[in-house]
Amino acid sequence: MADLRATIAGITSPNPFWLASAPPTDKEYNIVRAFKAGWGGVVWKTLGEDPPVVNVSSRYGALLDSNRALIGFNNIELITDRPLEVNLREIAAVKKAWPDRAVVVSLMAVMTEAAWAGLARRIEPTGADGLELNFGCPHGMCERGMGSAIGQVPEMVEQVTRWVKNATRLPVIVKLTPNITNVLWSAEAAKRGGADAVSLINTINSIASVDLDAMAPTPTVGGKGTHGGYCGPAVKPIALNMVAEIVRNPDTRGLPISGIGGIGTWRDAAEFLALGCGSVQVCTAAMTHGFRIVEDMIDGLSAWMDEKGYRTLADFQGRAVPNVVNWNDLNMNFVTKAKIDKDLCIDCGRCHIACEDTSHQAIRIIPAEGKRLFEVVDEECVGCNLCAHVCPVPDCITMHEQETGRPYLTWPEHPQNPARVLPPKAAE
Amino acid sequence: MSGVNGAAHGNQLSLDRDLVPPFTALQAMAESSRCLYCYEAACVTACPTAIDIPGFIRKIGTGNVKGAARTILDANIMGGTCARACPTEVLCEQACVRNKAEAEPVAIGRLQRYATDALFKAGVQPFTRQAPTGKHVAVVGGGPAGLACAHRLALLGHEVTVFEARAKAGGLNEYGLAAYKMVGDFAQREVDFILSLGGISVKTGMALGRDVTLAQLRQDFDAVFLGVGLAGINTLGVAGEDLAGVADAVDVIAALRQRTAPPVAVAGPLAGRRVVVIGGGNTAVDAAIQSLCAGAAEVTMAYRRGTAEMGATGHEQDLARTQGVVLRTWLAPREILGAGGAVSGIVLERMAMDAGRLVGTGETVTIPCDVVLKAVGQKLAPGGLDGLALAGGRIQVDETLATSLPGVYAGGDCIKSGEDLTVQSVADGKAAAFAIDAYLKA
Repeated sequence: MADLRATIAGITSPNPFWLASAPPTDKEYNIVRAFKAGWGGVVWKTLGEDPPVVNVSSRYGALLDSNRALIGFNNIELITDRPLEVNLREIAAVKKAWPDRAVVVSLMAVMTEAAWAGLARRIEPTGADGLELNFGCPHGMCERGMGSAIGQVPEMVEQVTRWVKNATRLPVIVKLTPNITNVLWSAEAAKRGGADAVSLINTINSIASVDLDAMAPTPTVGGKGTHGGYCGPAVKPIALNMVAEIVRNPDTRGLPISGIGGIGTWRDAAEFLALGCGSVQVCTAAMTHGFRIVEDMIDGLSAWMDEKGYRTLADFQGRAVPNVVNWNDLNMNFVTKAKIDKDLCIDCGRCHIACEDTSHQAIRIIPAEGKRLFEVVDEECVGCNLCAHVCPVPDCITMHEQETGRPYLTWPEHPQNPARVLPPKAAE
Repeated sequence: MSGVNGAAHGNQLSLDRDLVPPFTALQAMAESSRCLYCYEAACVTACPTAIDIPGFIRKIGTGNVKGAARTILDANIMGGTCARACPTEVLCEQACVRNKAEAEPVAIGRLQRYATDALFKAGVQPFTRQAPTGKHVAVVGGGPAGLACAHRLALLGHEVTVFEARAKAGGLNEYGLAAYKMVGDFAQREVDFILSLGGISVKTGMALGRDVTLAQLRQDFDAVFLGVGLAGINTLGVAGEDLAGVADAVDVIAALRQRTAPPVAVAGPLAGRRVVVIGGGNTAVDAAIQSLCAGAAEVTMAYRRGTAEMGATGHEQDLARTQGVVLRTWLAPREILGAGGAVSGIVLERMAMDAGRLVGTGETVTIPCDVVLKAVGQKLAPGGLDGLALAGGRIQVDETLATSLPGVYAGGDCIKSGEDLTVQSVADGKAAAFAIDAYLKA
């Protein structure tokens, strides 16, 4: 069995699966259940200065598919609504009982050194392994000058990070908001401030849906709604991109990353690790299915690593990073084409109509006895993958690289590029 | 069969409980999501009325359930009956590509029922008639073909008078379906729904050749549609057919549906009696299972050929077996035995195939019984069809469903169009209506 031990910013855990700062990590009761289920670590739900916040009734919105599977999730809940002292006591008790698990504490405060440093100093004696600065909440707290109100201003990210670093010996993870133009600005600011790691993404600003009877956004609080933080499976692609941006940016390269965003399976986790993350954080999947999902996350990741011959996480961590490039670095001479396996085909016609109506008219129907034959017109196929994505049968439509005999050619070197940069040889 | 299409095979059927229960909203939502929304879908091709099946299922999925019902009823005004009574296992669901993918088709019939039930429950009339044409069409027969034709003609702006021989319109939906396939008074609710469009009047107790003649109709109306079905019943042609306890299966089915108990034709209730049903079609299965439902002690179906040649689908045969019907094959009736004027048993001869021909082997078996139900097919009743050309024992029609007489069209079981199914009759009635419309406007 593969070794799943994870280390990030000096914080160790028996596996890379942490619960993100959120409702599941609000109190000792839940966290003990999580550790019993096998979670490697938690980020305690964000602490703030007393008096505690007050939450509203009705807090979550959801995007469901037609089978009521949860695709996206949104919340308007604030940070912990329990007294600071209660949380600190429970953190200490949990860490004492579960010394091998990572217990990181999230915190949030107004934009003063006294507030941030004061909170950090209160948390340190609990024995917690690290701090996570919540610069992300896109709802409620930002209206009080906290959360994303800080996270959206790189100078403030840097300043707060520095205050907290100066106030504590604990490792500091800066949690980044995706509600920005360029995530690198805040990641770089965190690094300048002395962050030991960043975690991302926090939730995305969103309205989950509009209740067409109430004519109000959901979740609806007495006939009104507000924007909330979006998460769940639907945000994973956004999170993966932001992680990749940071990991391949020269100024932030090497900064440890705890990946967050739509992670629900070992496969999701492996993708974040392949992009360089040192741990992953999960919330929506646990809130959907309960803590027991970690069993397959551990088992599945371990089995996959064994199959691939990876003994430790480090063996594949960041392996995909060199293959994330700018569009301008792609090979314009690469050609791939779809191929339809007529034996696997169930004759639904989805590939044909998708290509015919919306793409390149590259799949023709050949009437045949019993069932139609669908055939790719190679001359028209641009290798877009649409047919493979809409096909209901796995591996029925596959993409095949075509031998062109032509060299790797990027757009900057392309003959049709009006701003073509001639390679040195051709320029002679 | 199991899963979403799972008829209650494990359960004992009854005359007032659905063979296949209706979907709940949750089941309908989950099942609708299984539809792949195929392009030029095979299920549509397999439906004689060409309902846009992927289209209506998608509407269920988006919560547009009444829109789904309209899509169904626009193609097949008896979509409610067909949702319950169609042998979907040999029609739309047999063609579903999910069979290839997962060996389990989308439960199209049950989804269709879900949508049409919702519309009926809401009491919505989704159709409006076109401007009156001043033309008046006679429809003979108030069954699926006649009513489908009448409805389409009314939609197209024509006036329609339906002549129905029985006391109620609905035809085999009302009188010929096994009770567990369509419980309650759905057939009449469907008739009421069709008539609520307006422009259609129904005259019951009016039989062609008895109360009205084709010549008179041709004179009084601008066109005539014949949907007279197959009112004649084949006999066994064996000794003892006149004994008390011998009855036509269709009469027993009609009596059980109409709850005119006891079924007089059988000379007493079925409860506690031993029944032999002769035949291998769906009518035989319906009669056999319903005999058990009505309390028969034992029921045997005897068919002169093998199970592969039976008119009853494999699904129907399985249903009969799981309900406790004994299926016996390669047995042809030779004599019904009597005692004191009542049935006491039936003698059957073992049959075999010899050089492609069905032949008797000379060996006989005797099954002691109290009731013999005949389900060896129906035929065209000749009354009132004077002057019409026939072909193969049915009314001869061309591709527009026009008969040999100008202005007279025919459809349903009285012509040879496809399988003798409600859905085929509806398809015929609709097609004939369009042909009549074209004829009237020519």
